[in-house]
Amino acid sequence: MSEPRAITSESRPIVAPKARLRWDARTSRHLLLYPERGLILNPTAADVIQLCTGEHTVGEIVERLAAKYAQEPRETVEREVLTFLANMADRGLIHERHD
Amino acid sequence: MTEEPRPYTLVAEVTYRCPLRCVYCSNPLDWARHGDALGTDDWLRVFRQAEELGVVQLNLTGGEPLLRDDLERLVEGARALDLYTNLITSGVPLTRDRLARLKTLGLDNVQVSIQDVTAAGSERISGHRSFERKLEVARWVKGLGMPLTVNVVLHRENLDHVADVIALAESLAADRLELANTQYLGWALTNRRMLLPTREQLDAAREVARQARRRLRGRMEVLFVTPDYYAEVPKACMDGWGRRFLVVTPDGLVLPCHAAHTLPGLTFDNARDRSLGDIWRDSAGFRAFRGEAWMPEPCRSCERRTLDFGGCRCQAYHLTGDATATDPACSLAPTHALIEAAREEALAPRSEVVYRASHAADGV
Repeated sequence: MSEPRAITSESRPIVAPKARLRWDARTSRHLLLYPERGLILNPTAADVIQLCTGEHTVGEIVERLAAKYAQEPRETVEREVLTFLANMADRGLIHERHD
Repeated sequence: MTEEPRPYTLVAEVTYRCPLRCVYCSNPLDWARHGDALGTDDWLRVFRQAEELGVVQLNLTGGEPLLRDDLERLVEGARALDLYTNLITSGVPLTRDRLARLKTLGLDNVQVSIQDVTAAGSERISGHRSFERKLEVARWVKGLGMPLTVNVVLHRENLDHVADVIALAESLAADRLELANTQYLGWALTNRRMLLPTREQLDAAREVARQARRRLRGRMEVLFVTPDYYAEVPKACMDGWGRRFLVVTPDGLVLPCHAAHTLPGLTFDNARDRSLGDIWRDSAGFRAFRGEAWMPEPCRSCERRTLDFGGCRCQAYHLTGDATATDPACSLAPTHALIEAAREEALAPRSEVVYRASHAADGV
């Protein structure tokens, strides 16, 4: 197993095999489920996770989010996305796609 | 706290039968008296009702769930409800073909128990020669691209091997390693003299785990669960009684924890007689220790009561004879001397083991 690298705007994150996204009608939120645990995602976080398919770079994910939440400064969106993804990577819930 | 109780996890104990005879098994001592009364359709109904209540996590456990030949249908049914389905297994009765089939049907995670880092150590604890088999099963799991949890129950005979346990889990490319210290209920209470570690052992192992957690961050989740006996504050058992978990036993009893039916004077309902929703909301057993009204002092006025929910009711009963007593694991409990005495015992030479057996209910 290789060392996890820091998430950068060139990374192509992918949701780890152990994690699975599902809609929760009771809270009207997406849940990211993994063994014995789950995270209740806010709508922005759910948007990011849904783009973690290994196809999009973090830079592209930021672009999409910045376009959707146009009232927020792009720098703010970028900072929040990077912080969130670093946190998810620490928990082993996303990986970088290895080609 | 006014938060509405919502079960997130259903622990489905689909059978108490098991090829292993672990000396710390958490199944009840009279497990052999309980048959697998719930059939396939019963379990599928239980899953559906659980999902309606808010459950999103399903633990298929036992005993050994692979001993049920309808496990495929249970996994398929769980996945149709979008439940995150975790198979908790000894690995012993598994074939690679069956595992591949379970994966195709939607199984999300496999948790394999390992008893120690050597075949001899494992056999001594489980009463079964299965160490190599378990490693093979773990490799199948990863080979099929599935996430793997390795669970190791810790006690005085293997706590000093924690570094090797971590290395073994790494070599298996486990996604999650649960280093779960024995909780002294069920068979483990019977065998407490043999299993309870010293504080020195525990502290050393915890430090090894802490360093591994940092080193492996992002690759392998390393969990270290401290035993209550050395915690000074009680654990938030099941995240609070009737608050987050539903347990259904092989014979259909619906419980707030897997040992709740060992408490006298409580009545629990059966999933064949009432819906899970009715039981969760209204059954006397679930209401007994939900919230704070039942709490004695010093719990009632303790600021930690919203963190530990009063600790473990089963531990309170099995150590003090009173299920409403403050958990003796708490250093503020009037009966905490019971825990201190057990720790003293841990400094003495070890004693003989009692293997889980079907006749133990008649008195060991």
